[in-house]
Amino acid sequence: MADEKKQQKGTVAIAGAPRGLGSKNPKQGQTMTGAQALIASLEAEGVEVIFGYPGGQTIKMYDALYDSTQLRHVLARHEQGAVHEADGYARATGRVGVAFATSGPGATNTVTGIATAYMDSIPLVVITGQVPRAMVGSDSFQESDIVGMTMSVVKHSYLMQSSENIARTVREAFHIAKTGRPGPVLIDVPSDLLDEEVLFEYPDDVNIPSYRPTYRGNVKQTKAAARLIADAKRPVLYVGGGVVSSGASAEVTELARSMRIPVVTTLMAKGAVPSSEPLNLGLAGMHGSRYASWALDKSDLIIACGARFSDRVTGDINSFAPEAKVIHIDIDPVEIDKVREAQVPIVGDVKRVVTSLTLELEKIDAHPDTQAWIELIGEWRKQFPLYDESVGDLPDEVVPEIAMMKLSELLDPEASIVVTEVGQHQMWAAQFIERELPRTFLSSGGLGTMGFGFPAAVGAAFGCPDKTIVCIAGDGSFQMNMQEMATAAINDVPVKVVIVDNRALGMVRQWQTLFYNKRYSASELDSVPDFVKIADAYGWKAERVERPEDVVPAIKRMLSDEGSYLIDLVISRDQNVYPMVRPGKGLDDVIGVIDSGEGRTMEEGGAR
Amino acid sequence: MIDQVGRHVLLVLVENRPGVLLRVVSLISRRGFNIESLSVGPTEDPTRSRITIITDVDDESWEQITKQLNKLIVVHKITDLTNEPSIERELVLFKVNAPAEKRSEVIEIANLFRASIVDVGKSSLTIEATGSQDKMEGLEDLLRAYGIKEITRTGKIATARNSKDV
Ligand SMILES: Cc1ncc(C[n+]2csc(CCOP(=O)(O)OP(=O)(O)O)c2C)c(N)n1
Repeated sequence: MADEKKQQKGTVAIAGAPRGLGSKNPKQGQTMTGAQALIASLEAEGVEVIFGYPGGQTIKMYDALYDSTQLRHVLARHEQGAVHEADGYARATGRVGVAFATSGPGATNTVTGIATAYMDSIPLVVITGQVPRAMVGSDSFQESDIVGMTMSVVKHSYLMQSSENIARTVREAFHIAKTGRPGPVLIDVPSDLLDEEVLFEYPDDVNIPSYRPTYRGNVKQTKAAARLIADAKRPVLYVGGGVVSSGASAEVTELARSMRIPVVTTLMAKGAVPSSEPLNLGLAGMHGSRYASWALDKSDLIIACGARFSDRVTGDINSFAPEAKVIHIDIDPVEIDKVREAQVPIVGDVKRVVTSLTLELEKIDAHPDTQAWIELIGEWRKQFPLYDESVGDLPDEVVPEIAMMKLSELLDPEASIVVTEVGQHQMWAAQFIERELPRTFLSSGGLGTMGFGFPAAVGAAFGCPDKTIVCIAGDGSFQMNMQEMATAAINDVPVKVVIVDNRALGMVRQWQTLFYNKRYSASELDSVPDFVKIADAYGWKAERVERPEDVVPAIKRMLSDEGSYLIDLVISRDQNVYPMVRPGKGLDDVIGVIDSGEGRTMEEGGAR
Repeated sequence: MIDQVGRHVLLVLVENRPGVLLRVVSLISRRGFNIESLSVGPTEDPTRSRITIITDVDDESWEQITKQLNKLIVVHKITDLTNEPSIERELVLFKVNAPAEKRSEVIEIANLFRASIVDVGKSSLTIEATGSQDKMEGLEDLLRAYGIKEITRTGKIATARNSKDV
């Protein structure tokens, strides 16, 4: 039992106990207001930072917060920004992110942030103010049914009904947010509860009989998985975000090395296996390399670890990896057989399951013969590079791929976190920024939320003050939450932003170029605003870079500067992200692969 | 790989709290499936309710729905009765046209189905009936001849046969 407890502690996705003092907190047993109890609960839970925005129904919470020495409140400039900041903080640190918003419009502004966290299984506790209980349901001023609105994008939610439940509800919310498959939990607090007098007793344990995630994998299935791996000729480890949330990077990397199994990662898993590991092929799927996509598609065994066979990875599922058997390891039974049938499903915590699997492989002395497979993939890798000069980019233009490679070289992978917005720049970053550690590449994978990246970078900066935080943004995405420049400036948390500026909604425009006869409907932005002036107005340093030879010096200036810094990196509108799997088609139906240094192979007749 | 669409019966044991039914129902309706019948009530343990859901979906979606329901924190237990020996019951109230001259005929039909008359109006009768689906359909067919003004159903409840723990 004691052993069991210890083992559970080791895994992020399992440890449900408070990070803080829990029941041993100094306020335990005191009588106080509901608002004070809420704040004391967050303190007992060990929260350090709250991202939020006040209003009428949360003013009492904020009043109680004013006395807290432990909790740092970060005033965002928009509730969406606050939730993405909490999300970025959670992704970067592995802790639960916490956000506050008031009722009505404050609460509705959190929805995109909550949905973004839900799709990527990020632990958040979002606390919203609600109108007093007596007024709920009467269309009173600034009332919105936020519990109803968010029902399909939360892991769980509470409409608090009694002030006695404040401590227990907060404890449960944190437990649920961070255990099992993590996710956002919403607590809606009618403001009259905050005035009531309560006896503060923070519990350490939760008792939710209906919530018992499975952590330990089935032994029989683990053995079956080991046998499949031992016999595989063309195995591939398909690594997803679950490996990051479970803290299983070391175990998965070791499994790959000891069994000599090539690895492909999803966007969410970038960094889970080091880029420098030769077996790591990087991103597969829609904009993945041909060699990574082929490794998946032509494999005879896919070992999926905390990955969910997203259509962005598999392309047309009916033609995906026709010869592969599947071992599917995931903590969420819903994922098993949801998209692709698994011959060996193992429901459990990836870290635990992979540890047992490795022991089992040792026991049966497995040495899958993967040499020929690795060599074959190596040949593809040489033949189909992600970028080379044969594509004929103009010498006087900034080339996004090269800029990303240079940025990657200049970043210390141990001491930096790269956060992206959504669009072409996100894909270039995923292709060319090398990462050695989990939680150092943050991106909205599941929902693809423009406007996520910049506030998430600000949140990451609060969580990881020792790291350089670089946000790679598009000019479109950046405009969705650029008001958060104020949050970074006022709190003195340095964030570096590189806007890959094509004066367009590049990813949309790319589709129009390739599939809609260059009819650029609503995808061009023009050179408004002047980002350098905007940055200046917020007290940031900034510069515009238009010539290729200026890229490296500018990045160096940005990285060596102490404060927040923005580079407006001007590229051509016509730059497209390749390779690209034709939408809705299989992984073999790809546009723009570079073949043997002969430039990109573009099939004609792009219009469908 | 198109599965057969079929009738599925599910018992969901949940927390007896506000909002729980909405969570359960929205998981099903979100996927565009129609719920044919639904009933809820507290169980032997007053902190829990049991929901009986009957819906028409293909087997693959059904598996997803049951897994997703299991994931809800308010759900304690799910029992799929689709292929299990089970007892299903529903209470139906029929309001039937029954002018004085037809009244005894209608009462006779009700008696035949062991249904009872629960309300008598000037020109109509309300019949309370319970039983299997076949029986209810049989009764409905016969009553149609007199003109049914209204049918109200409780929704089906179900339980497994034998001492299967539900
Ligand atoms: C909130 C939101 N709205 C719309 C989209 C659809 N969308 C995906 S990529 C993209 C263009 C992004 O433009 P930009 O940020 O400039 O990046 P680029 O593709 O040019 O690098 C759009 C509009 C989205 N993902 N998120």
